[in-house]
Amino acid sequence: MRTLTKFAAAALLAAVTVGPAAQAEVAIGYDDGMSASYANALAGKKVAFVPLAMSFDIAEGWVAGMQKQADSMGYDLIIRDPNWNTSAGAQAITQLIAEKPDIIIIHNPDLQTYGRLIRKATESGIKVIQVNLKSNVNSDVYIGADWYKIAEKQAQIMVSKCGSGSGKSGKVAIIQGIPTNATSAIGVQAFEKVLGEDSGIEIVANQAADFDPTKAHTIALTILKQNPDLCGMIGIWDAEDVGVAAAIRDVGKTGEVVMISQGAGAQSACDKVIAGDFTTYVAYDVAQQARDINNAIATLLQSPAEAGAQPFALYSPLKVIDKDSVHPDTCWTTDRVKRDN
Amino acid sequence: MSASPETLPGGPHSAGSGGPRRKKLTQEQIVLGIAAVLFVVFALVLPGFLSADNLVSLLQGVALLGMLGLGMGLVIIGRGIDLAMVATMAMSTGWVVERLNGGSGFGEAALYAGLFAVAIGVVLGFLIAYVEIPPIFATLAMATVIYGFARYTMVSLDVVYVPAGHEGFRWLGSGRVFGIPAPVVLFAAMAFVVHLFLRYTKAGRYIYMIGDNPQTARTTGVPVPQVIVMQYVISSLIGFATGIVTAAAVGSMNTRLVTSTMVYDVILVAVLGGIGLAGGKGGARNVIVGTLLIGTMLNGMTIMNFDYTTQNIVKSLVLLAAIVIDTLINPRDEQTAQQGDI
Repeated sequence: MRTLTKFAAAALLAAVTVGPAAQAEVAIGYDDGMSASYANALAGKKVAFVPLAMSFDIAEGWVAGMQKQADSMGYDLIIRDPNWNTSAGAQAITQLIAEKPDIIIIHNPDLQTYGRLIRKATESGIKVIQVNLKSNVNSDVYIGADWYKIAEKQAQIMVSKCGSGSGKSGKVAIIQGIPTNATSAIGVQAFEKVLGEDSGIEIVANQAADFDPTKAHTIALTILKQNPDLCGMIGIWDAEDVGVAAAIRDVGKTGEVVMISQGAGAQSACDKVIAGDFTTYVAYDVAQQARDINNAIATLLQSPAEAGAQPFALYSPLKVIDKDSVHPDTCWTTDRVKRDN
Repeated sequence: MSASPETLPGGPHSAGSGGPRRKKLTQEQIVLGIAAVLFVVFALVLPGFLSADNLVSLLQGVALLGMLGLGMGLVIIGRGIDLAMVATMAMSTGWVVERLNGGSGFGEAALYAGLFAVAIGVVLGFLIAYVEIPPIFATLAMATVIYGFARYTMVSLDVVYVPAGHEGFRWLGSGRVFGIPAPVVLFAAMAFVVHLFLRYTKAGRYIYMIGDNPQTARTTGVPVPQVIVMQYVISSLIGFATGIVTAAAVGSMNTRLVTSTMVYDVILVAVLGGIGLAGGKGGARNVIVGTLLIGTMLNGMTIMNFDYTTQNIVKSLVLLAAIVIDTLINPRDEQTAQQGDI
């Protein structure tokens, strides 16, 4: 919330200082033939963002990057924070459609909820960028991870560490998030498919932990005690998986039981890799996503095309992080995004 | 007070039995019986269930729930309920972790957060005892206030991670005493203290009297409002202590727990064990029994690899059954029941 207030203040300041520039031409030192039209296309525009909530690492990282470009190019970044409440989010989008910003950036909670609103925004001429999870409805841009691919990657790594030919028991446990959550459901499909294809792998448990590390801890402890020869555990979100890692540490098997996690690649996750709690961590890079979002904003604002006319996607490249590949700057912090983006 | 504990309403020997009028099974005995049957069935059917290792993890899994259940149980005995308990736990602990990340020592951070928890308890108690808002509404509303206030001023992110170091703090969650995990030992210690408090202190006996009949308690000179405030201070502090152990166990605090259904699980272990929602009955022992049943059930279902929905159905049916049994065994006292009672 503190950051939100800061952003609101910054947005207000930008509106006041840049307001007049919107009508007049933006003064630039030298026009190479594109730079003036670029600056004019961005200045004074309104870009709105409806995250799931502002209070978690991914949204903070994106906004840190987005705010920087908004400030330097002189457009408004409006943030409406529904704080995990989907109906508040729908209301915020409806309200925004009435306010007619140039672009609405939407962070979908699932595949359906905002679909109709995305279509409505597009029909009323507002360009829509969807981030992190794509709804069933296409819009101008989708930026985010391919949830199936991340999980597929995790499962492939698990097969290489625990599957046929590894000389291990092949016993693997899957720790889901909330089963009805799209990212968890898509990921678990990939886990089951890839792990199922290797005859050496046996899925001994497939349990949901509600994205809650405490619940994951309890479940993982039970599974570990029940299967003393367990080879590995595979999880769907780092914040939940810290509970699984804690359970492995509790039974003194850190480094012995393989733990493969995934997430947004925040520093807290790299710390877990360094400590040996996560054997391998598959990440999408939020700092890079913030850069993608900024590029998409600049592209859409310059493009004369109608809203929804030329949909495209920017799938985030994946980083596979383990003890050998981790560097001090492999993961990101909000401060680093602010500095580098 | 001249009355001995045994003659007072809800004394330990009449816990859940509705007094000497009935001689049939108490809910505590029924639940203990169910837990025992489940336990035997699991032990026979599930390989590995009976291993000492698994039993320890069974206890470890529910120790935190049991700790919260003790606080909730204490409040319910005094004819209240604390729906803000999970919010207090998550936000006060979140603040501790936030301060640790800011470079504070654990002792200092815990002291401030403990005072914050006390302040929450005082406000809750004040709203309920003096402003006379029914506890269910006062605590429900305060849960949102606590979350909002703390998120705005104290905790920067939904999930905060304990920084490296702080070994003493981490021990509370992952240490062992003679091979038994620290959370289990702490749960046992807390249950013992709550038991002694409810059974042998004047303040503890007052809670039963208020729970049984607040009007009579007031007439006989019990400082009702002050005791109510004390109840909520205790439940808030227990919430805080549980949060600390939770954060120590998993190395992070997930403040989104506030919007989860965890508080219902907490009520479940208290009510399941036989602490009547109408107040005045039960004790720490009932919470332990309820916790054991839930622990056995969850552990067994995880070993059997039941899917999520099935687990939820089983858990909710058990809660429903517990409430039905509670209503039959502890009927509402028409003389003292009033609007707003839970």
